[in-house]
Amino acid sequence: MLPRLGYSEEADLPRSGVSCIVIVEIHALTKIYEGKQRVTAVDGIDLSVNPGEIFGLLGPNGAGKTTTISIATTRTLPTSGSVRIAGVDVVAHPAEARRYIGVVPQYNTLDRSLTIYENLYFHCRYFGFTHAQARQRSDELLAQFLLSERRKAYPSQLSGGLAQRVQIARAIAHRPTVLFLDEPSAGLDPQSRMAMWNAVQGLRKEGITVVLTTHYMEEADALSDRVAIVDHGRMLAIGSPQKLKETFGAQTIIHLTLRHLDAAESVAAELRLRPGVQNVELAQDSLRVFTNGAEGLLTDLIQAASPLGLRDIAISEPSLETVFIQLTGRDLRE
Amino acid sequence: MNNPQPSSDSTLLLKTFFGLLLRDLRVLSRELGPFLLRVGMQPLLFLFVFTFVMPHMAGGSPLASVGPGFGSVLLPGLMAVAIMFSGIAGVALPLSTEFGVTREIDDRVMCPAPVMVVALEKVVFSALQSIIAALLVIPMAIYIPATPVYPDLHRWWLLVLVLVLSSLLAGALGLAIGSSVSPKNIGLVFSIIVVPITFLGCVYYPWAYLDKIRWLQIAVLFNPIVYISEGLRSAVTPQVHAMPAWVVLPALLVFLYVLGRFGLRGFLRRVIS
Repeated sequence: MLPRLGYSEEADLPRSGVSCIVIVEIHALTKIYEGKQRVTAVDGIDLSVNPGEIFGLLGPNGAGKTTTISIATTRTLPTSGSVRIAGVDVVAHPAEARRYIGVVPQYNTLDRSLTIYENLYFHCRYFGFTHAQARQRSDELLAQFLLSERRKAYPSQLSGGLAQRVQIARAIAHRPTVLFLDEPSAGLDPQSRMAMWNAVQGLRKEGITVVLTTHYMEEADALSDRVAIVDHGRMLAIGSPQKLKETFGAQTIIHLTLRHLDAAESVAAELRLRPGVQNVELAQDSLRVFTNGAEGLLTDLIQAASPLGLRDIAISEPSLETVFIQLTGRDLRE
Repeated sequence: MNNPQPSSDSTLLLKTFFGLLLRDLRVLSRELGPFLLRVGMQPLLFLFVFTFVMPHMAGGSPLASVGPGFGSVLLPGLMAVAIMFSGIAGVALPLSTEFGVTREIDDRVMCPAPVMVVALEKVVFSALQSIIAALLVIPMAIYIPATPVYPDLHRWWLLVLVLVLSSLLAGALGLAIGSSVSPKNIGLVFSIIVVPITFLGCVYYPWAYLDKIRWLQIAVLFNPIVYISEGLRSAVTPQVHAMPAWVVLPALLVFLYVLGRFGLRGFLRRVIS
């Protein structure tokens, strides 16, 4: 038999799991809502998401995160610019693009007339699974998301956290290339939030790329490989949480609480010269060392501070919150 | 991997459509009792009161003297009402909730088919319910009235055509209402649209009998229900004077096109911002 040289039509299209250099490609995206008040929800966003990445869109409410996700998931038409999902233009070929997309919206959109199992089963059928395939996939997902006991329950009988889990299971049922999560922890109690984070991190093992929006900086920090900070429809910065913190001056602060502060000034001057130390401030009963986290610094600091009667050490890790404040001059929660 | 084989666009489209239909069938199967009550109660009571109770009343009902027997007039009329009501109950009511509070429609909208397919499926599914509802009236008309009303099925092809077109038309009207009216106002729609078009839809009287009130006879021509009633009349009770098929069928098509277009556009507008 001759080797197959040609490709079928479908083989040209990247399918779930097929490697593709960029999964989500957003170019010069704008969305203006005309009306009594002209609102520019998205104002020229450019970004690309790589395969297997967990990508966070961080910004306050009204920053344009949800609109960006809506456009990327074919639910909203952009005013200008383009979005490609796995190479497919979402405006020109929305139906095709949806094959690669899974969505967990902000609100609970589970089908209230169907059981949990049926929510998964029929979702699979919508994506062309046969009865046997849909049944197998639904059972598999129920087990994976620890929902097997609730298979016959209706969405109205579930807690917020459980409903969220069903929504995630449903969104990945057709094995999408990329999963969009819009404010996934909105309205969840801390325990459910942790469970949701675990579930999202688990998706990485399946090779699913995740794009999530959040206004919780802890969430963006804990989950994302890369974060884009958006405000007023514009992207202010993009990079790994670590890199953002380094670039925008959010440093680790080591607080050294001291007994004797007499010689503190000279120790501070000496410490300022050390590699990895950005600044040292003298506070009431302590030294505050600003650092970007150099190796072995902590031991050095302890040695240097010992003669001053070191009582306590506290470390404040840098956070995206401080990055956001730096970039916008505002608090995320304002 | 148990992923489905990559299928061509049109096969996937059919599978998606079928999946949506299956979902609706599943939901309906769970509510079969309420469904039958909903579509059956009105024609049942109507036939009982007007063709059983009244003829038994002392002195007879004045209605009994109307034309060729009120039962024969009522049969196609009640079928038309059944079609209309299930179209609206089958599409407008669920759509209005799914769009409004819960946005349940979102998952179906995200299926790998043009959004229009989701709307078309709703119309088709509602048409199926309408057809069942209309056919249910036939045995009722045989068993309930004092004098049984048997449909004349000689022109069965006309019955099939009118049934299918009317049912799709009712679904299209349901789509138009469901995607343009908020759940809060859906009750009002029943009072200001559904009830008037039914009462003025030549349901309880043949259109030809309106010739004494000429202005009304012309005004009701803008009411799609008129063509449903008259079309069914022409198909199942040829002894009653009815509009000819060559008027009814094109009129049904025109209304189907207009309402279908309006409904689809409303649906798309609600789904894609």
